[in-house]
Amino acid sequence: MQSVLGDKKALAILLGPALLVYSLVMLVPIIWSMGYTFFSGNAISGFTFAGTENLTRLFTDPEVRTALSFTVRYAIVITVGQIVMGYLLSLMYVFILKKSSNIIRTLVFFPVVLPTVAVALLFQKMFEVAPQNGLVNSLLNGVGVESVDWFGNASSAFWVIVLMDIWRSMGFYAVLLYAGLVDIPEDMLESARLDGATGWRLIRSIVLPLSMPVLLSSIIFSINGTLKVFDSIVALTNGGPGSSTTPLTLYMFRTSFAFGDYGYGSSIALLLTLLCLIVTIFIFRSSRRDLTKD
Amino acid sequence: MSTQVPARKAPLQAMQRQEPRRSRSRAGKRLARLPVHLLIALLLVVELYPLLWLVLGSFKTQQEFLNDPVWALPGSLNFDNYIEAWTTGNIAVFVANSLMATLPSLALIIVLGVAAGFALEVMVWKGRNGVLLIFLTGIMVPGQMILLPLFSAYFKTGLTGTLWPLIITYTATGLPLTVFMMATYFRAVPREVFEASTLDGASIIRSFLSIGFPMVRNAVFTVALVQFFFIWNDLLIALTFANNSDLSTIQVGLLNFTGQFGAVQYGPLFAAICINVFGTLAIYLFLNQRVMKGLAAGSVKG
Repeated sequence: MQSVLGDKKALAILLGPALLVYSLVMLVPIIWSMGYTFFSGNAISGFTFAGTENLTRLFTDPEVRTALSFTVRYAIVITVGQIVMGYLLSLMYVFILKKSSNIIRTLVFFPVVLPTVAVALLFQKMFEVAPQNGLVNSLLNGVGVESVDWFGNASSAFWVIVLMDIWRSMGFYAVLLYAGLVDIPEDMLESARLDGATGWRLIRSIVLPLSMPVLLSSIIFSINGTLKVFDSIVALTNGGPGSSTTPLTLYMFRTSFAFGDYGYGSSIALLLTLLCLIVTIFIFRSSRRDLTKD
Repeated sequence: MSTQVPARKAPLQAMQRQEPRRSRSRAGKRLARLPVHLLIALLLVVELYPLLWLVLGSFKTQQEFLNDPVWALPGSLNFDNYIEAWTTGNIAVFVANSLMATLPSLALIIVLGVAAGFALEVMVWKGRNGVLLIFLTGIMVPGQMILLPLFSAYFKTGLTGTLWPLIITYTATGLPLTVFMMATYFRAVPREVFEASTLDGASIIRSFLSIGFPMVRNAVFTVALVQFFFIWNDLLIALTFANNSDLSTIQVGLLNFTGQFGAVQYGPLFAAICINVFGTLAIYLFLNQRVMKGLAAGSVKG
């Protein structure tokens, strides 16, 4: 039996193709990309050796600082928004709507599957000020407030992005967290209620601790996704005004393709990858520590 | 109920708390639910009104856009905007490109990913945890990291100018999550099933094809859907490898659409967004229960 389950030839047939494609198209390019950080130039014009120039430039480039700070700010705000909104929604599904939450769940989940570019263009039109007022400015005018040029200044543009991305994704986190909440045994909740724990108390001392593992995986999932944000911002603000809403991903894309600098582009990509790895490991480790304390 | 003598303290307390609630009138109960209903109504408006506004806009003429208030209804239900988007705006070409890039990638991801998930979870061999971990890192690495080497490679092998770079890249980037999710699903299949088939003399490949694969059929369906939405909605890879109007996928096409029409021609742009949004929604509505259940099961219990 062991010999059948460990059959080398079968293993090669089943795992081989996937591992080969994955290695050739992802693992090799990752290493290759690290190699690029020592060169300048691109695939079309050719490369010249640049030593550690790209890496030192990374530390002094003010654009990198702006992009990095935007990426981190965006990741934190969106992650908090997604998890808080998602958790509130999932609590509503479980404790208020109960069995009838199905249709609401479906509706709130809608925007998750919609193409980001389409959603971004929709929001662009909704918040537009010129040549024509969009929905939001018309509403503001309706209550006697002047139109706001939402995309004309850095902080309002940031909040439109935040609003859109939370609108887009909260349904997804609501379903994820809902799946964790329905797993909490009913008798546990019942006995807590009999002991007098209701409302906030019940959530704080029973529901929240029991849904910690799901919350944690959602947070990791969310941070990982938000650090890599690209399409929603490209389509909504295209990094503007100026470069105030340019994340690392877009800065890397521009450096590589608009300016044809693969070496520096790869260095930015490397920075982003390290950021993703460090954050994930950090959350994993801090959660481990908490679990052993309990 | 009230004639029963409570035996323990806890049920007594529970009944005492029930008391005022029972005496409350029906109208009072409805009043207590009011904030909840308001909240749900608000939620529905926030979720649905933007989409409704989009649909209404797609039927408006340029005159209506410029002269009427934004919440006004369109004067008539004419499909001129759709026709213009579909033909002049090339939406038809973009949809065809998206399909030609998405479907082959999806088929490859499923075939390669399910087999690999099986090999990593059901088969017994040294180093399988290491290989699974290698696949897992692929979930974390941002697409930007592999973009430039792949661009060079496709350029050198002459694949640039076809849809092959998209298909190859989508397949590879879809594999980590698929392999991980499939391994999780195979974990739930009892080992005895495969032991029995082995005792009956089936080779492991035979067991996979006639027992393993059919048993995770539903999961395969879910993974395929999740991957479909990822690939269909991708912008980064499509923008890099197919930024040429003959090859553009629907996302890239839509993004460039704003440049062509956007600032001045509202109607066709709204119609183009509409085609995109409601095409995707139709697929989702058709299969929605499975998407949500599968997503939750795959990512939470992993």
